[in-house]
Amino acid sequence: MIERHNRWDHRLIYKLVEPGSSVLDLGCGSGELLARLVNEKNVCGQAVEADPEKAAEAICSGVAVYQKDMDRGLPEFKNGAFDYVILEKTLQVLFRPMVVMEEMLRIGKCCIVTFPNFNYRGVVNRLLETGRMPVTASLPFQWFETPNIHLFTLRDFLDWVERHGVEIIDGYAWSGDSYRPIDFTADSREAEELLFVLQR
Amino acid sequence: MTDPLNVCLERNKEYDRPGSPCSVGWTRPKRVVLADKSNPLPLDCGESLQPVTVEYETYGQLNRARDNAVFILHALSGDAHAAGWDAEWERDHRPWRKDRPGWWDEMIGPGKAFDTSRYFVVCANLLGSCYGTTGPWETNPRTGKPYGLEFPVVTVEDWVRLNTRLQDYLGIEKLLAVAGGSLGGQQALAWAINCPDRIHSAVIMAASARIGAQGLAFNAVGREAILKDPCFHGGQYYRGSPPLCGLELARMLGHITYLSQNSMEGKFGRRFQNGTEPGYRLNKEVSVESYLEHQGRSFGQRFDANSYLYLTRAMDYYDASVPGDGDLASACSRIRAGLLLISFSSDWLYPPGDTRAVARAVLANNRPVSYVNIPSDYGHDAFLLETNKTTPLVESFLRKV
Repeated sequence: MIERHNRWDHRLIYKLVEPGSSVLDLGCGSGELLARLVNEKNVCGQAVEADPEKAAEAICSGVAVYQKDMDRGLPEFKNGAFDYVILEKTLQVLFRPMVVMEEMLRIGKCCIVTFPNFNYRGVVNRLLETGRMPVTASLPFQWFETPNIHLFTLRDFLDWVERHGVEIIDGYAWSGDSYRPIDFTADSREAEELLFVLQR
Repeated sequence: MTDPLNVCLERNKEYDRPGSPCSVGWTRPKRVVLADKSNPLPLDCGESLQPVTVEYETYGQLNRARDNAVFILHALSGDAHAAGWDAEWERDHRPWRKDRPGWWDEMIGPGKAFDTSRYFVVCANLLGSCYGTTGPWETNPRTGKPYGLEFPVVTVEDWVRLNTRLQDYLGIEKLLAVAGGSLGGQQALAWAINCPDRIHSAVIMAASARIGAQGLAFNAVGREAILKDPCFHGGQYYRGSPPLCGLELARMLGHITYLSQNSMEGKFGRRFQNGTEPGYRLNKEVSVESYLEHQGRSFGQRFDANSYLYLTRAMDYYDASVPGDGDLASACSRIRAGLLLISFSSDWLYPPGDTRAVARAVLANNRPVSYVNIPSDYGHDAFLLETNKTTPLVESFLRKV
């Protein structure tokens, strides 16, 4: 299994978030990113994590973590309660991804979403060449153990954004070794992972 | 709420002996009068009470800034002896303390969750209980007889009020934290809502904003058992034999609610007490039966039946939403403390969903909160038993306060 490679989205989110703002991190994992934002950028942070062990780990990293399965929505959070809501490489593992997207757009003045692009040439080539489910740096799991139950592409995402009146404030693409502002045409195939800043 | 001794013994738990570097060592109870004629304690029921003596223990050192104090809040059957080994068990006629440390010894001590090399840890016995703090067993100065049922009904909020007097007495403006499980967790929540300026944080385990109808029902049956005991004599049994039968039954029932289906299955199953064959008799035939009987009996030796009535009533009455006129979120808008809420998956006395409801109410006020539901088979008792899982959480939470 290829190790989960880079944290480009961590680094970029860290840069994008304004010091002193409020941040809700959905699916925070071990809480590393939020802990850094809280400690170094004076952010007022709250995390949500479904897995009790990860939630406990994140609490140990010093952030406030509310353990909950997001697929049931997040009614406990008020409209516009946070400056930023972050969903980092989590959309594709959710049972009801669009429920969570809608909740993010409601709760956050600004939303930051990152996800792997299934149309990335490295992924598609592997699928076509080997005839097997691709295992790549961004999708580092065998088909039988992957948590990714909703794989999608940049265009799928843009379709959804357009249909649901969501505004793209900013977009970035990671193409294997660096990130740059998104090129909507080329990055359909060139981007391995994507980051969008959204609002409604 | 369970007698930690027995649970620990069943797990073959090795205690930290008084000389161990992880133990707070030998402890001595302290007593202080916190309400007298000139300064009686006002109670929610409208009466005021005096004199009020409080028994408490302290571990660790209060620092110069007086900002490292943690109040530990005990549950229904607990006492001020939260950690270490009671050096005065013989003088105070508390033989049950001889062979075991305080009830949360696994959590309190040098290097433990409530690290006594960093924090000044205080634990006081509840008003209405029977371990040194004023309660129904004490002499009523008006009658010269034990209070019995003339003792006023006390509430969780009354406990907070009295505890803040202890806080003042100790010269602590603001506590680093209050922490407790079960009924102690409810007091921690009451503290966060009623005295937001007196604490920086609260650790609440296996507790909720209020006990549900099922919990109320269990408490009611426990009290009935005591009240219907022929030895009860309207609560004035102190000169004769106490209503042990009722108190033991109440405890047996309580114990069922502290365990879970899985933990009971695992611990006892359907095992017979003697061998594998039925003895075709009615008396003490299966293991769970004799376990409960043992729990009841040892509790009867160390607890006061009237105290049981008063403490369970306080548990019944507590409803954190009252300051918000029935709306928990609005009650929680008063909270300024950081909150760590922990529930346990198999707890059916304070079900996880009820603990989560408190977290939700805090989040609805745009305040950060930590909540985790720890998978455990130990039922309600998990807050005493899953210390390996709760320790890192409490430890890191307290360090960030």
